[in-house]
Amino acid sequence: MHLLFESGFFSSEPVHTAVVIGAVAAIVSAIVGTFTVVRSQSFAGHALTDVATTGGSGAFLLGLSPLAGFIGGGIVVGGAMELIGVERARVRDVATGIVLGAATGLSALFLYLDTTRSATTGATQQILFGSIFSIDQSIVPLVVILSAATLVIVGAIYRPLFLSSVSPELASARGIRLRFVGLLFMFALAVSVGLSSLATGSILSTALLIGPAATALRLARSLRTAMVLACIFGIVATWLGILFAYDSAYWDPSSQGLPVSFFIVAIIVLLYLASGLSVVRRFAGRRDGGEAILGAVPSASPDATPDATAAI
Amino acid sequence: MIDAPVLEVEDIGVSFSGRTILDGVSFQIRKGEFTGLIGSNGVGKTTLLRVILGLQRADTGRVRVLGESSGGGRSLGYVPQKVVLDPDIPIRARDLVALGLDAERYGFRRRTKAQRALVDKMLHDVDAERFADARVGSLSGGEQQRVLIAHALISRPKLLLLDEPLANLDPKSVQEIVSLLHRVASDNEVAILLSAHEMNALLPVMDRIVYVTEGRAASGTTDEVVRSEVLSKLYGHHVDVLKLHGRVLVVAEPGAEAPDIPDHPALTIS
Repeated sequence: MHLLFESGFFSSEPVHTAVVIGAVAAIVSAIVGTFTVVRSQSFAGHALTDVATTGGSGAFLLGLSPLAGFIGGGIVVGGAMELIGVERARVRDVATGIVLGAATGLSALFLYLDTTRSATTGATQQILFGSIFSIDQSIVPLVVILSAATLVIVGAIYRPLFLSSVSPELASARGIRLRFVGLLFMFALAVSVGLSSLATGSILSTALLIGPAATALRLARSLRTAMVLACIFGIVATWLGILFAYDSAYWDPSSQGLPVSFFIVAIIVLLYLASGLSVVRRFAGRRDGGEAILGAVPSASPDATPDATAAI
Repeated sequence: MIDAPVLEVEDIGVSFSGRTILDGVSFQIRKGEFTGLIGSNGVGKTTLLRVILGLQRADTGRVRVLGESSGGGRSLGYVPQKVVLDPDIPIRARDLVALGLDAERYGFRRRTKAQRALVDKMLHDVDAERFADARVGSLSGGEQQRVLIAHALISRPKLLLLDEPLANLDPKSVQEIVSLLHRVASDNEVAILLSAHEMNALLPVMDRIVYVTEGRAASGTTDEVVRSEVLSKLYGHHVDVLKLHGRVLVVAEPGAEAPDIPDHPALTIS
């Protein structure tokens, strides 16, 4: 009886590669994703996934590794977006939307050419939705090096990035160069999106970037805990996704198994929904007994409402 | 050099696209002094603070902090006006205070035991211990101000600039923050420059006042500056200064154009 692990799971080479790539992509996405959510750059992150699609399909057309396209496209366009540096939120929102549309349009062309000019029919599926079981084992070292480099960048700018993400005003008052920090972060984001494009496909890499981080941010008390939790959620989602996808080929002997990306995203969404329960509980029990210890300290009315308006 | 002023502002002028924001503003702040930068909204208080911080270039004049004309760096602490802290983000009060130590430093470094102890001491000094581990975004306005003050003070600046820290606080929190600042300033010999559009809450603690209107400023002790002759000259039309039960009201003549009298609207008779 194979209740959980179908035969051959642990001895399969593609599974080994998938497990390593999945974990690495999940870790980088978790760390970068935490800052992406805190900086409200989810939309920019998603635009980068579309640029990654363009890069990936373009690379396919030129006979290059999709990874080169995924990451190259993101770095060039992400860097350009950050350097243009639109400050006003609405203009930036629109600019991101335009980039997203243009990138997707180009992808449509490239993917069409990919499928008509080459004999491979799987290009569209592979670029958009990933094919973690068909990754060439030889790129594993490259993936690991790129991931390490990304984490080193984020680590090196950790504190300036932290403060400028929490409050740009406080950061610039301390002489932190917001543009410089933002540009380095955009590079990290582009690489992260490229890596997770390998695992879940470019279209779904937003899910791996944002989902685990957003879930962790709901639960954690500090940013550091949030990043650790996001790593755990990301790895759990990718590994379970790989397992279910592998097993699914056995559920129905006539099929070739369901896509990994579907399972990964489904688990991420379920984790996010489950984390909502804890938020409900926290708001219900917020600041219980907090005022009891005050005694000597005269305090303002225990006004627990979020202070976005009062701080203006 | 021993008695060099902490801050010297000389003849500062700033204009944006032809509009004059500040015009010949000069004043000095000495060690440990509490100075109120008083003026209604839009008279250039924030611009002046940004010039002092080196975040904004002045067209004329110069600023010297501790005798040095370059920016001020870590000898200045700053609490900006619009700090919006999101309650959905897990930043504890203590994290924000700790970032006051080293937020501008790149590279990997763990905080030392001594630094963590300093964070605890700062939280204690501003009475923020009881919410040290709460998300800053979920705190009340007064609580957030305490955390921001600790964030600015932990790097031991000689001068603390605060931009409208009392705006949008309830009267009780205003009292608490003012007395907290007064206490912290005298304990640590930190000079304070605080901008506000309402001066009455500051009267008990202010050593000096810089009164700004339409880009021009008068400075001195409260008694020297908040007088009918001085303010009428500054406004360019007659204003009366009334003192009632330890409060000051600046009142324009009926019919005079008085758009920027920096007091509570309800107290401004027109």
